[in-house]
Amino acid sequence: MERNLINKMETMSGAKALMTAMEKEGVKQVFGLPGGANLPMYDEFARCDIRHILARHEQSASHMADGFGRVSRKPGVCFATSGPGATNILTGLATAQADSSPMIAVTGQVPVAMIGKDAFQESDIIGMSNPVVKYAFQPRTAGAVPEAVRKGFFIAESGRPGPVLIDIPKDVQQNKEPMDFPDEFKIRGYHPWADPDIVNVERAIEMLLHAEKPIILAGGGTIISSAFAELQSIAETLMLPVVTTFKGKGAFPENHPLSLGPIGMHGHAEANKMMSEADCVLAIGTRFSDRSVGTFEAFEKRLKIIHMDVDPAEIGKNQTAQIAVIGDVKVNLRVMVKLLLQRAIKKTDESPWVKHVKETKAYWKENLKIHPGEMGAAKILRKLREVLPKESVITTEVGQHQMWASLFYDVIQPGTFFSSTGLGTMGWGFPAAIGAKVARPDVPVVDIAGDGSFAMTENSLATAVLEDIPVIVFILNNSTLGMVAQWQRTFYDRRMIGVDQKSCPDYVKLAESYGAQGIRAQSMDELEKAIKTALSSDVATVIDIPIDPEEDVLPFVAPGTSLADMVLPS
Amino acid sequence: MWAILSILVENKPGILFKVTHLFRSRNFNIDSISVGVTENPEYSKMTITTYGDEKQITQIVKQLDKMIDTIKVERLDEHKTVYRELCIFKIKLSNASDSMEVNKLANAYGGKVHDVKKDSLMVELTATPDQIKAFEELAKPFGILDVARTGVAALQRSGA
Repeated sequence: MERNLINKMETMSGAKALMTAMEKEGVKQVFGLPGGANLPMYDEFARCDIRHILARHEQSASHMADGFGRVSRKPGVCFATSGPGATNILTGLATAQADSSPMIAVTGQVPVAMIGKDAFQESDIIGMSNPVVKYAFQPRTAGAVPEAVRKGFFIAESGRPGPVLIDIPKDVQQNKEPMDFPDEFKIRGYHPWADPDIVNVERAIEMLLHAEKPIILAGGGTIISSAFAELQSIAETLMLPVVTTFKGKGAFPENHPLSLGPIGMHGHAEANKMMSEADCVLAIGTRFSDRSVGTFEAFEKRLKIIHMDVDPAEIGKNQTAQIAVIGDVKVNLRVMVKLLLQRAIKKTDESPWVKHVKETKAYWKENLKIHPGEMGAAKILRKLREVLPKESVITTEVGQHQMWASLFYDVIQPGTFFSSTGLGTMGWGFPAAIGAKVARPDVPVVDIAGDGSFAMTENSLATAVLEDIPVIVFILNNSTLGMVAQWQRTFYDRRMIGVDQKSCPDYVKLAESYGAQGIRAQSMDELEKAIKTALSSDVATVIDIPIDPEEDVLPFVAPGTSLADMVLPS
Repeated sequence: MWAILSILVENKPGILFKVTHLFRSRNFNIDSISVGVTENPEYSKMTITTYGDEKQITQIVKQLDKMIDTIKVERLDEHKTVYRELCIFKIKLSNASDSMEVNKLANAYGGKVHDVKKDSLMVELTATPDQIKAFEELAKPFGILDVARTGVAALQRSGA
């Protein structure tokens, strides 16, 4: 009996089993870089339909997979070799872990017998990556590869998504064994929350109905579970103003009358104000990060908190909630929509609170001071918004431009804005844009960048050009590590150390040297033309926009203070 | 407050590393740890004692529970739990009467005496950490030459 089973199983190498298992998971492409210890798996690209997209640095390959994963909500896959190849993806793993992004990283490893001998290009990537992965596998036999892949994909995309590492010793890739590709498997210690929590959703509705100044705080979990329609329905039914975390930006259309935009260190003035006045918050898929809420104490004293999250460990970690609703937020929000419908609850008239919220919003729309120059950040990003189709996907780098994007680029179609919000990884945006474009080749993908951050992974231009992935890099170029410079101006008495980039390199020439299109835009007219040119061309385009290096990101909530203590532009 | 955590994990290499790494990276402290395979060789049982306020200990339990290799995480109520630690002291003998005194002390704590030499002897004690501490205080005047302890092992009482 058992013998018959083995006869039916195909004998193949671990490397072939890896590719076969990935094909079964629906993988269409891998972002990566080959090296000695992953050559057997690379050789399989010659014999399968999976596309290989060559990165110029493993960190970029991992961000590409991350960007692909966030946009498609299926794990993106990256390959790296052992040793330095593997250590180069650590930043990518940590970034994906911090932002709960589904990802599969496959690394080569030295042969099993060499592990622990300090062999050439050996690194203990399982040990090093432990705190920054959701899980890691190191199959020690070829036959263990298919199950590692099946379980890896399941773990990466279920529950609270995250990165999974599969580290495969070279001999395990090469050895041939009869292979079984199991559909069914058991992970005894992993049970992602699936059932709706009707009792607590009902309690949440009661609490919201009895609050005087209720508000919704939509976090990144809302986007991960794509609970856009449910969120909008609840906000409109209960007439609840909506603020988001930065990671939750665009969970709710930012042109909606109830939208106030992101709260936080560089949140919208109206969002921080209203969050500071609310008496009850429906917090959806958020971990109440310090960047979002300022000081925890100020937040906690005032507010009744309803906390919805798929990860039970987030309940009470940073913030104590009065009501916890554990589970996939889309599932529970759907229950809420249904219960509201059953009870025929529909608020139509504006409460004094909603009226106050709308007035506050209108006031700040009118009165927030922005940079007076023609090429101020607000004007540039509003122009980008005006010209880009609403379905365009945005990624950002990390720094001032990122916060300006949060302030001045309104996301209209939910789930089209992505940023490294948790780890704050400079260099993330461009490779992530490449991954995003692979996931959504039908829409424009723009990396809103700063010169400092773009410099960290600019060699991904080679990937964009050679692999025909025409993304747009939109550089707000102040030739400065702008956010650091802003802090030096604010907190270090204008001692500007290590921030001047001295206009090096010339990004137009840099783009051209890679075979991409480079355009410099120094006026609004040039900018509009540049964006239109980029949108209509089939090659990656870098738009270099010189801006004032002295421009600050405001409003600003200094670390350790509360949202109510926001510093406004004077 | 002091808490006893009982953690059932997959009996696979690297799990102890992951559990202890979690404590380090989340800024928690391990007071004592003991690990051994269970009656089912697929599982290991870890008993970890730790200090923290209520919120921290709840967080530790949740973070441990979230780990994919943990099957079951329980916080044991020390009043409803049998918990013991094994400890071996090597105690200095300075004069003739010390041997008898230390023997008496060991007896009082239900300890066993081993390796009796002219200058030293060993006391094996299985007790709660508090009792071990009390014994240690009383043994100190003789001079404690060395000590090794296993960390707490604990099981909840039936019907508790």
